[in-house]
Amino acid sequence: MVNKSFFLKGYRSIFTYDSPAIALTCCFVAIGALFKNLGFNIQESIFSTVLTYALPGSLVMAESMLIGASLLNIFLAVWIVNARLYPMAVSLFPLMMHKSQPKWKYYFSCHFIAVSAWLIMKSNYKKIPKEYRIDYWIGIGSATLSVSVVGTFIGFYFSEYMNKDMMIGLAILNPVYFLCMLIGASKTVQVTLSVLLGIILGPIIYLFSPEWSILLAGVIGGTIAYLVGEYNVS
Amino acid sequence: MSANIVYAILVTSLATFLSRFLGTITSESIKETSQLFKWFNCLAYATLAALIARTIIFPAGVLIDASYASRLVVVLLSLFVFFISKKNFVYPTIFSAISMGILNSYF
Repeated sequence: MVNKSFFLKGYRSIFTYDSPAIALTCCFVAIGALFKNLGFNIQESIFSTVLTYALPGSLVMAESMLIGASLLNIFLAVWIVNARLYPMAVSLFPLMMHKSQPKWKYYFSCHFIAVSAWLIMKSNYKKIPKEYRIDYWIGIGSATLSVSVVGTFIGFYFSEYMNKDMMIGLAILNPVYFLCMLIGASKTVQVTLSVLLGIILGPIIYLFSPEWSILLAGVIGGTIAYLVGEYNVS
Repeated sequence: MSANIVYAILVTSLATFLSRFLGTITSESIKETSQLFKWFNCLAYATLAALIARTIIFPAGVLIDASYASRLVVVLLSLFVFFISKKNFVYPTIFSAISMGILNSYF
């Protein structure tokens, strides 16, 4: 089963000074408020946060529902927006694969892949023995998911007490936090260039292809950064 | 619970889980020391950076009501706070929320 000691170590990462707890809570406060405006009840709002646990996907679902899109359209729109989770999984799970661990742990815990948990794991995996990294990861994922549920709950019940300026203030907090985390993680030529090119190419490609902008910027920017990094090494 | 909302949530979660699960299956055949892993790592960082830049410049949700100028000023000032606070994550984050709320109520 899950190693309790490493699980708790991962869970406690949410309480550190550089924890994403504040940013994540504020972000899901905004989502909770949005769900309420859409006509969701509290059970549906929590159900959505727990099952989806990906902010852009939830926003796309909300927008699609507002314009009365079909289920197939919602599926395709969300799948395209959240396709970024594929390279995130491939760039994280090889660091945690260990022959002594059962596969169900990996299949179950891939649900926790989201920007916050991914960045925490990427910054800390070297401190954890490889055999127990998956337990540490499950701890991080459980903690970030718990925070998201609390944020959704607060947003659902307290949104009527918050004015528009407060909601906008909460909404900027999340991208600023993740931008700082990405800059903080830029310690090699490849990562620094990937971040820089992603920031530049994302909005430019959006002007031509809003649906595919994130993926295209990721593939083009990431490939250039990879090639430049390899050229530098050689 | 309304059936339509439940179906929409289930479809959304399925579409989201698909990418995560396929990524995990692919990971089984990739070593962390391989060139392919390095390439995927660059892809992941570039994709995240693109997502964050898009969220700030072309936002969805309530942020769309804040002007471009106010968003840009808040992000640049927050990055300044990030660097002068020796890369602390908490100060710029809190600063961004407060300054955005204030800027938006006056401009």
